[in-house]
Amino acid sequence: MNFDFSEDQKLLKEQVSRFLTDNCPIEVVREVLEGDDFYSEKVWKGLVELGLTGTTIPEEYGGLGLSPLELCVIAEELGRASAPVPFSSSVYLATEAIKLFGTSEQKESYLPKLASGEIIATFALSESAMEPNPDNIQCTFSSGKLTGTKMPVPDGSYADICVVVVRDKTSDSIGMSIVDLSEKGIQKKSLSTLDQTRDHAEIIFNNASCEIMNSSGDGWSDVQQILDIAAVLISFEQIGGAEASLNMAKEYALDRFAFGRQIGSYQAVKHKLADMYIKIELAKSNSYYGAMMLNDNGSDLKIAAAASRVAATDAFNFAAQENIQTHGGIGFTWEADTQFYYRRSQVLGLSLGSIASWKNKLVTQLEEKNN
Amino acid sequence: MDFNDTPEENDFRLEVREWLKNNAPKEKKAGGYDSIDVQESALARARDWQAKKAEAGYAAITWPKEYGGLGGSSIQSVIYSQEESKYNVPTGFFDIGLGMCIPTMMAWATKEQNERYVEPALYGKEIWCQLFSEPSAGSDVAGVRTKAEKDGDDWIINGQKVWTSGAHFCDFGIIVVRTDPTVPKHKGLSFFFLDMKSPGIEIKPIRQISGGSNFNEVFFTDVRVPDSQRLGEVGEGWKVALTTLMNERLAIGVPKSADYSSLTQLAKDVILNNKPAIKNDHVRAKIADWYVQSEGLKYTKMRSLTSLSKGETPGPESSIGKVVSAPKMQDLASFAMDLQGAAGILNDPDMSLMHSIFQNQWMSAAGYRIAGGTDEILRNIVAERVLGLPQDIRVDKNVPFNELADSR
Repeated sequence: MNFDFSEDQKLLKEQVSRFLTDNCPIEVVREVLEGDDFYSEKVWKGLVELGLTGTTIPEEYGGLGLSPLELCVIAEELGRASAPVPFSSSVYLATEAIKLFGTSEQKESYLPKLASGEIIATFALSESAMEPNPDNIQCTFSSGKLTGTKMPVPDGSYADICVVVVRDKTSDSIGMSIVDLSEKGIQKKSLSTLDQTRDHAEIIFNNASCEIMNSSGDGWSDVQQILDIAAVLISFEQIGGAEASLNMAKEYALDRFAFGRQIGSYQAVKHKLADMYIKIELAKSNSYYGAMMLNDNGSDLKIAAAASRVAATDAFNFAAQENIQTHGGIGFTWEADTQFYYRRSQVLGLSLGSIASWKNKLVTQLEEKNN
Repeated sequence: MDFNDTPEENDFRLEVREWLKNNAPKEKKAGGYDSIDVQESALARARDWQAKKAEAGYAAITWPKEYGGLGGSSIQSVIYSQEESKYNVPTGFFDIGLGMCIPTMMAWATKEQNERYVEPALYGKEIWCQLFSEPSAGSDVAGVRTKAEKDGDDWIINGQKVWTSGAHFCDFGIIVVRTDPTVPKHKGLSFFFLDMKSPGIEIKPIRQISGGSNFNEVFFTDVRVPDSQRLGEVGEGWKVALTTLMNERLAIGVPKSADYSSLTQLAKDVILNNKPAIKNDHVRAKIADWYVQSEGLKYTKMRSLTSLSKGETPGPESSIGKVVSAPKMQDLASFAMDLQGAAGILNDPDMSLMHSIFQNQWMSAAGYRIAGGTDEILRNIVAERVLGLPQDIRVDKNVPFNELADSR
């Protein structure tokens, strides 16, 4: 029985944790929230220097050639720090998409630059408040040109390239394409969102040049595959964020006195914190299985990814909101650090589509498995 | 990351598998201790099986060899249980004795006493029970009122214990009693082991809301116990009780119950809003929620087993099992009954869908949320021992027991 990360992976986790403690304390997150920067360039450059943007990129393309398990431990620490960097867009989504569905020219052209940090990439699926499905994707690809609107696109205001989910006009099928966001015919607008520590943009493509990517033949299932990978990885960010929230709530419950005693001695508070812990452990266990399936490319990947996503979203949403509740009034002030996790929990929880939809997907997969 | 055995674990598994193949009983239904109406024949079969296991060293894998154990590791114990569970062997008669009582004896009794009692218990010749809970002492078990008074070299016990599994077929018991009511709660307790056939002991079954009977009330009227059967010092019985309770956390779980898969099965068969319930988004979301909880517990166990496999103590995550699974049992059953509409109240296995599994589960789950630590006590334990939050303020801490508001 070896259902755990390896010693090397745990060392990497510690290394990332140390780097983030030193370079990405919560003040850095606050600077991004309050300032004009889209992200913390300093933290991003540090992560690039550690080679982390190339974690799973094969060595032939200049990456470290490591497994998705390494990405899981990195994700957990990024989530714990609520790091204001485009790691999930560029690494979990775009890089994985290019690795799986890029043509050999596209891989040669982009993967080395992604590994070296020369470019930042993102992934654009959503177009509006309507849940995307194979019938309602409006962005169209025709003769090398892309037209339509994507929003909200994570890190879209400053990313260099974008993997865009498109409708191929000729075949009326779903596909993915790569767009250089500095090309002509592209309008970008930063959006006002719940979490300004992670930029989101509306991008309007008007006959913009783009390159179509490979497809398995079923473009929509290719997109789902990317989402499944990201669901497992983001679940680790959510777990890190949830643990940070629980820790913050616990410290406060020990420090704060009311009615002559520590508020952490009241069962109403103790049980709330115990519930946070329980949800986090359930999420972790589901995500470990997700990680194992991702690493083995196992047959349960779709189910495990959905389960990771459902459990981790529940854990982080609950921990972030109850952290504020545990703090009382002070937790609702701008000065308090509780807000960073509260904001981030929704951004991560919604980034890959609604939980109602993931639950449905989970049961559909179970039905298919048992038929 | 994998679920595979190490080579050593695999060797042990093969060895156990081979032994079980040659020795496990072949009967279709072995009959465990699942109701108080124990058939003598079932008990006899259980004793035979236990003796066979003990002979081979598998009855207590982690115990030292001097006590008849195998001197093995916790992961070996888990592997044995996994393999044994594939057979219809009798279960449940010896768990409390060997899981809680005898470990307490090994920690506190004299060498001579252990030489006398451990082996017969291990071989299933003598069965033990635990006498802790009382009508007025449940979660607050240190509040027991059953008293023992010194009389020469003996102690005289008077009072009542409750929720005692197996008392009616047990030979011996361990008991915590109050020997000094004039000092604060924890300081006036002493701990004994006693012969359950002693004069003055009366055992009555408890009937549960489910209609079943799994436990007893035990009444003590002038029951004489020699001082030599005291474990620990007079007044230090709580310390001894903690040894037992630590082992209880390991022993108490929740049985296999109808889960998301049974619910899915039911949802295919019943109609909701003119279509099969399984097509309803709300039903699907509920199935997903319980799937995630069940899988979360399953893989939490795998994490704990990984620690055992490495020879480490499992982390605190192992403490969340019952506080998740017992309420889930109840909620899921309640939801499944709701899907059956007015007929959800039927509790006749011949008429009710899926032979009343949900109705029965709903009744018994109410008990599992209480047994071996209520939901509330378990949350306190997570908060205090895992998260390091302070204990509740104890108003009874420094007050003599007989001056407490509700003590008589």
